[in-house]
Amino acid sequence: MLRRAGPSLRHFLLERKNSAGYSSYSGEAKMSRPVQARRLEGIDKNIWVEFVKLAATYSTVNLGQGFPDFPPPDFLKEAFVRALSGENHMLHQYTRAFGHPPLVKILAQFFGKLLGRDLDPMTNVMVTVGAYQALFCCFQAFVDDGDEVIIIEPFFDCYEPMVKMAGGMPVFVPLRPKAPKDGKLMSSADWQLDPAELASKFSERTKAIVLNSPNNPLGKVFSRGELEVIADLCVKHDVLCISDEVYEWLVYDGKEHIRIASLQGMWDRTVIIGSAGKTFSATGWKVGWTVGPNRLLQHLCTVHQNSVYHCATVAQEAVAQGFQRELKLYGKPESYFVQLPKELQQKRDWLVQSLDAVGMKPIIPEGTYFLVADISEFKSDVPDVPDSDEPYDSRFAKWMVKNKGLAAIPLSAFYCGAHKNNYNHFIRFCFAKEEATLKAANDILQKWKREKTNP
Amino acid sequence: MAFRHKNTRRIEGLDSNVWVEFTKVAADPSIVNLGQGLPDISPPSYVKEELAKVAAVDRLNQYTRGFGHPSLVKALSQVYERVCGRKIDPLTDILVTVGAYGSLFSTIQALIEEGDEVIIIEPFYDCYEPMVKMAGAKPVFIPLRNKNDGNSASMAAWVSKFNSKTKAIILNTPHNPIGKVFTREELQVIADLCIRHDTLCISDEVYEWLVYKGNKHIKIATLPGMWERTITIGSAGKTYSVTGWKLGWSIGPQNLIKHLQVVHQNTLYTCPTPLQEALAQAFGIDYKRMDDPDCYFYSLSRELESKRDRMAQLLQEAGLKPVIPDGGYFMIVDVSTLNVDLSDVDEKQPYDYKFVKWMITSKKLSAIPLSAFCGPETKRQFEKYIRFCFIKKDSTLDAAEVILKNWNKQTA
Repeated sequence: MLRRAGPSLRHFLLERKNSAGYSSYSGEAKMSRPVQARRLEGIDKNIWVEFVKLAATYSTVNLGQGFPDFPPPDFLKEAFVRALSGENHMLHQYTRAFGHPPLVKILAQFFGKLLGRDLDPMTNVMVTVGAYQALFCCFQAFVDDGDEVIIIEPFFDCYEPMVKMAGGMPVFVPLRPKAPKDGKLMSSADWQLDPAELASKFSERTKAIVLNSPNNPLGKVFSRGELEVIADLCVKHDVLCISDEVYEWLVYDGKEHIRIASLQGMWDRTVIIGSAGKTFSATGWKVGWTVGPNRLLQHLCTVHQNSVYHCATVAQEAVAQGFQRELKLYGKPESYFVQLPKELQQKRDWLVQSLDAVGMKPIIPEGTYFLVADISEFKSDVPDVPDSDEPYDSRFAKWMVKNKGLAAIPLSAFYCGAHKNNYNHFIRFCFAKEEATLKAANDILQKWKREKTNP
Repeated sequence: MAFRHKNTRRIEGLDSNVWVEFTKVAADPSIVNLGQGLPDISPPSYVKEELAKVAAVDRLNQYTRGFGHPSLVKALSQVYERVCGRKIDPLTDILVTVGAYGSLFSTIQALIEEGDEVIIIEPFYDCYEPMVKMAGAKPVFIPLRNKNDGNSASMAAWVSKFNSKTKAIILNTPHNPIGKVFTREELQVIADLCIRHDTLCISDEVYEWLVYKGNKHIKIATLPGMWERTITIGSAGKTYSVTGWKLGWSIGPQNLIKHLQVVHQNTLYTCPTPLQEALAQAFGIDYKRMDDPDCYFYSLSRELESKRDRMAQLLQEAGLKPVIPDGGYFMIVDVSTLNVDLSDVDEKQPYDYKFVKWMITSKKLSAIPLSAFCGPETKRQFEKYIRFCFIKKDSTLDAAEVILKNWNKQTA
């Protein structure tokens, strides 16, 4: 029987300590180095840690972090309860590592239909712990030391540190605002890439470009023409496309969400990322997925099996049932994918009106549940501090939550360090909120405006 | 243009996996599955009830605190303060992860890099090696040896494996697959070496509650000089028989945990909320009865001890030599006494891989080959062993009994 080595090992050690040949304490090499790995350099700061804490401490109305304050739909909650309490208690045990079979099957069916392709659930779909982990797998699987990754600004903040952690070099290209016509309110469509500028960012070291459409934080929904420009460059330079499409169902005014993977030459080089959290208003479930060709997904699987291996079973079972319902109701008025954007569009319009009425200039988003507003007219409340390290909008947002109880996120949070002051008079609001919340936000804004005009 | 997009260097050679091979086969319902380590017994009913209650609370379906849901980290700090006899700050000394697997990954990514060596005790839970390699470091193996096989010269090997490049040692107690529970004396030897060489200790203690009579689980972090250099990893899956919840945790000093938190915020950011809340409630229930034998931490252990004894008896009656584990829910068995001749089968595979595949097809019983848990130098030494999992309901063990009783009749 394999048993303790104990006493004899200890005895041996005591003897050896005194013998001439024993190397003395040799920890100096380690002592001079920090304990943490170099891959963590420069990625320890995180905007959310600070702003979530501020919102928790000061806010009465939280339009900051992106999550709904309304519940997931009943059919989804019911599916969850059925899964956890059903006769099959094996749903509390490990499922298939690359995705629970009922979930990958329905995702393959659903996205196969949307893409006009036959998808194999076992090789063209991989389930992840939220879209966040899907992004992580992509960078770890494809970005080596020295590889460049193009990131379009403003960007969901995790892209940059994830590229760095993989040893890659982020290369930024901005969306630039064009003045709207005739004094109308700006739309997210007015923020555009300069094709020549974009083309200049591609080099032989470019491994991938990250596309986020609909875009967080602006709400931009890239048009077919814009996607074709990106696709052409990807094909020309043999570059991968990591396509973050978590807000795919949240598009307004009859706009269409176009999947870049459906463009010529793109399926073979694109990983599509989706999220149950955003699709079904259940951000706390942390179920996401990747869809793509096996020759790319197989490497995501390798990262996944060496990092988390399995995702929680019960939520996957419930999301599978959610998708089964949506496949049956696809395009019909009762479909959640039809109802949710309809409701959110109303909320968007409500918030746009609220902000416009008090002099904050909203940029009308074509998609997502975020809205960015220009706060230039409110600058007098928060004086400029020359030579401040902190971007203006960040100081403004902190002042606003502490003094007005209204939480929002500064746009500079979505820019790289060097560009944080390029657009520093905008803040981002999340409008996936109950009517009462949006009304309370309006009350704060109205009161603020009154105080400004009648001090 | 030829497609140039292959995998990154960090995952080169890490694509194959013993589970992919064997879990697919065992999915066939006609096979009695004693292979992969997952319970087919039900989790305790109050754990399922707590999850049902949570699903009805709207805000618990949205994001929670990234490093761990507040009520869960608080519950964990309470339980472990009591076990460790020291203050544990829920916000700075704990990280909640996607299973203990996620804790191992976060720890290794946070603290291990190219140029480092990491000591792994063989046999080992198979993910340690690829995770160390993915971090760019070199795994250094030390085998556990069966005293009955002679050869105590391995004691020198322990000392010789530590050098200035040794960043960490991975300890697993109670041990998967052997079921060894390291004694205080053994832990002290390891601790002395860690302190002498300023080495970190990654202590995988997922089976911490599953120790059998006459044994005590000791946390190496409680030995003098060890708290500041140890990350202790735990698992809800193993504690509450809910492997599919994929929740685990790392506990340690703030100056180490903060780096794990940085990895976490750059990999998946937050773990599922409803599962964390339900787990917090379950821990609350058992924390209150930690002086009571009915506490699930102890009652599960008692239940498993009788399954262990039954499993051992069945195997012995079939003419096999099981290694009786002191902890965990795995039992390894020397199958060489059965003299199953597989020499005409694929030479390249180790004997135990061939044996398990043969056993699945001809006996409809699955297990896991022990060489899956060995480094390249040691595979041959352990290839006469296979691993059975015994956290199985009575009917599963009954079915295994039938197969084992009829074994000799079929091969006669």
